[in-house]
Amino acid sequence: MTIRQLELEVMRYDPEKDEAPWFQNYSVPCEEDWAILDAINYVKENIDTTLSYRWSCHMMVCGSCGMMVNGEPSLTCKTFIRDLPDKVRIEPLENFPIERDLVVVLDDVMQKLHKVQPYIIRKDAPPQDKEFKQSPGALEKFKQYTMCINCMCCYAACPQYGLNQNFIGPAALALAHRYNLDSRDQGKSQRLDILADHDGVWDCSFVGACSEVCPKHVDPAAAIQQMKIDGAMEWWKQKLGFPGGES
Amino acid sequence: MSSQPYVRPFSKTTWYMRKGRYKVYMLREVTCLLVGFYAFLTIAGLAALAKGPNAWISFLVSQQNTAMIAFHAIALLYFLFFQTFAWFKLAPKAMPIQVGGKNLSGQYVVIGHYIAWAVLSAFIFWLAGVI
Ligand code: SF4
Ligand code: SF4
Repeated sequence: MTIRQLELEVMRYDPEKDEAPWFQNYSVPCEEDWAILDAINYVKENIDTTLSYRWSCHMMVCGSCGMMVNGEPSLTCKTFIRDLPDKVRIEPLENFPIERDLVVVLDDVMQKLHKVQPYIIRKDAPPQDKEFKQSPGALEKFKQYTMCINCMCCYAACPQYGLNQNFIGPAALALAHRYNLDSRDQGKSQRLDILADHDGVWDCSFVGACSEVCPKHVDPAAAIQQMKIDGAMEWWKQKLGFPGGES
Repeated sequence: MSSQPYVRPFSKTTWYMRKGRYKVYMLREVTCLLVGFYAFLTIAGLAALAKGPNAWISFLVSQQNTAMIAFHAIALLYFLFFQTFAWFKLAPKAMPIQVGGKNLSGQYVVIGHYIAWAVLSAFIFWLAGVI
């Protein structure tokens, strides 16, 4: 196995001791097939046990190992050292407060995910004693938006979220769209107030950065643009006195 | 010692200089200035037309100098790259189309846009008497 020496420059912050974050260098002997997360784990196990960071599955499912790798929001378990230069800078996800080292405070986005009512809302009673039927075509409409693992890389990439922390933001809006598109859901008009608000879809200026960094190809920017069109149509329908259609 | 989460500064005025993709975005957004100037020119042209033949001729003459021609050439290229190509590429995102329960590949939406563009351009050239 070839070993490659990687110079990691890791942002450190201890709220008990530090006024501001600073960088610490670690020289890590890496195997060629390692991901950045392996290199960070190596540091934790062999060099510096005080380093704090989040990770769990190491297979792109849990969404907890998102960090800035050379300035790019990345899932560190799928960012391979073979694709990186010998010097790699690791920082906590941008646009979030730093809790400690590479761990960020996610309370804000957790609240936003909750706020968009990400569950099936029914006005009619659900079918009695049998399951909801949904065709493969109806599933295809929103399937891509179910792939989100809440890694929050999209929030770290989104300059609008950096500028306005009230912006609901890419992942939560994509999640709302996922339920709006679900053929079993009847909650679209209930979600409209939150989505069509200042801090909803209209705060997005279609930078598209969120979709570029999303490791699961959720394409939140697409969801947001579709919601803008939807919202505008809904507004016209109301203005022209059409009954509000529920999809 | 601060004992609380650290909030990194976010510059409201220079954030777009930090990354290549933000710069490209800003270049796209700057097209609004050109759009504004074009709108101004159109209104000025229409006003001249309404005033009578003499005003219209002098408006046309005012457009026929190197500076104005250069502006039109730059604006045309700029629009092509940052409006037409960029927005057409993004179009499938905003309008996903399903045929027979399958999502249609975005390419068709993009191709549809180019066809519509060609047809409309041909129509305008025809109106202008060029073809
Ligand atoms: S949309 Fe993509 S980048 Fe954003 S949280 Fe979900 S998986 Fe992560
Ligand atoms: S497309 Fe919208 S949500 Fe996504 S990064 Fe840009 S501004 Fe943010």
